[in-house]
Amino acid sequence: MTEPIIQVRDLRREFVIRSPAGRLRRARTVVAAVDGLTFDLADGAAVGYIGANGAGKSTTIKMLTGILVPTAGTVRTCGLDPVRRRRELARQIGVVFGQRSQLWWDLPLAESFRALAAIHRLPDATWPNRRDELVDRLDLGTFLASPVRQLSLGQRIRGEIAAALLHSPRLLILDEPTIGLDVLSKERLRVFLSEQRALHGTTLLLTTHDMDDVQRLTDRILVVDHGRLVYDGTLPGLTARVGAERVMVVDLVEPVPDLGAVDGTRCVAVESDGLRHRLAFTPERTTAGAVLEAVGRRGQVRDLAIEEPDIEDVVRRLYLAQVAADGGSGSRHRS
Amino acid sequence: MRLFATLVILGFRRWSTYRLATAAGAFTNTVFGLIKASITVGAIGAAGGTLAGYDALTGATYAWIVQALIAPVNVFNWNELALRIRDGDIAIDLARPLDPQFAYLAGFLGRAAHQFIPRGAPPLLAGALITGLALPSTPLPYLLGLVSITLGISVSFATWWLVNLAAFWLIELRGVLTLNVVAMGILSGLVIPVHWFPDWLATIAGLTPYPSMLQAPADVVMARAEGTAALGILAVQAAWLTGVLLLGRLVFARGARKLVVQGG
Repeated sequence: MTEPIIQVRDLRREFVIRSPAGRLRRARTVVAAVDGLTFDLADGAAVGYIGANGAGKSTTIKMLTGILVPTAGTVRTCGLDPVRRRRELARQIGVVFGQRSQLWWDLPLAESFRALAAIHRLPDATWPNRRDELVDRLDLGTFLASPVRQLSLGQRIRGEIAAALLHSPRLLILDEPTIGLDVLSKERLRVFLSEQRALHGTTLLLTTHDMDDVQRLTDRILVVDHGRLVYDGTLPGLTARVGAERVMVVDLVEPVPDLGAVDGTRCVAVESDGLRHRLAFTPERTTAGAVLEAVGRRGQVRDLAIEEPDIEDVVRRLYLAQVAADGGSGSRHRS
Repeated sequence: MRLFATLVILGFRRWSTYRLATAAGAFTNTVFGLIKASITVGAIGAAGGTLAGYDALTGATYAWIVQALIAPVNVFNWNELALRIRDGDIAIDLARPLDPQFAYLAGFLGRAAHQFIPRGAPPLLAGALITGLALPSTPLPYLLGLVSITLGISVSFATWWLVNLAAFWLIELRGVLTLNVVAMGILSGLVIPVHWFPDWLATIAGLTPYPSMLQAPADVVMARAEGTAALGILAVQAAWLTGVLLLGRLVFARGARKLVVQGG
């Protein structure tokens, strides 16, 4: 299919904020949460939609799904006007809001699936197979019969994702799905999502604060800041532009004041007289394994940690780079 | 239709998990039934043996039937929708391929179906033992009564739906909800039958959907209204149901357009 699955043109959404001003009067401030967004999403793409808190990510998603009415501009999702044809659209998309649950809190997960199958009018002949596939791949079997309110966060999120995928949507929108999950749970979720995409060609739109999510799951990223699109491209492109590096922190058994040049890395700092080294690198140029090996040749490694660049940092640098490029005029951004 | 049935069953199951709450509620309904039956019988005695067509036995029966219907009709509280609007979970409902009002009505009926026997039988049983019940001996009033009760529950839902929608515009809803409880308590016939109202109050009650919730089903089940009169009552209930549901749809659509879903 050549028609984009999501088409956004000059999208804008304002919120009115009323705050007390004086005894009776209230000041009325208009804030644009989304401010002139334009982008297309190709069918089958996997896109990371990133930005700091309050950048307008969730607002965009709510407009894409027809829950919020845009103040101006147009959206088409799966070829439909989301607000007018919200229910029709809902059959074709799956949404997980990381902070909210679409499961029935006081009933077992299995009941939620049954209800969703009825809501999506899935044929009795096929949906149990799909459910079994999801139960198997997301490992839901052990708690399928427990009321949702008794599930752990990791279990519940897996349940949420299964619920969003039960009707085999064309487009899966995940709003911070890995928030609060431990490393292992995140990893399992990523493996599952990659697999589903490979198997069913589902288009994925993902908002996250986790750079690993972006790296592992998406092939294109959109960075939004103050409701405006500030970057549209690949992750390597982004890191090349703003230098979003990972930092490997190695603790050595014996101090080595100077490690010398390690291929593909940049020495950020040497601490404790050479006991701790901080080496910055980008995954495109070298791997953590190669860096570790190179360091290991020069000293015995006692411990190591890898610090990921955080989204806020990337966005801030992107903003600064933009301001520099515009010759110091940051006027396109809301102050 | 299959979807509606599934959602009704789901509502039923959700409530069936709260057994202790149901038992406690049934106990309370029965105790208050005893108090209300005594007061009703006392009032009828003071009025000289009959009052607006109720004698001691039918008056007591009315009190017990109303007690049995309190839980299914959901007189005292329903704020599920308001809470979901307030904390933004309404977004989940809007992201589903079904009409929210239709889905919530199904859930409300499922809840009522669950409450019907465990919350309805104890007061009626107590009534049969303590004061005796004047119930019709032919099946028709019960059949029509079942329809009337379902309509009454649905009218209650439609009214609660409308009241809950205030959450789109107000943050603190306790006042609005309480107002509805008070209006429902008085005008539905919960405290005393609407037939005992002075004319002016009966006129006011007639201009609201409230009598369709309790007074109407009680009249039909007790065969106070029979034949065409009973059908007339059902028609009035159906009219209120349609009107209030439609109004609720309109207001919901308006509210959803100005919806602000905060915090992710």
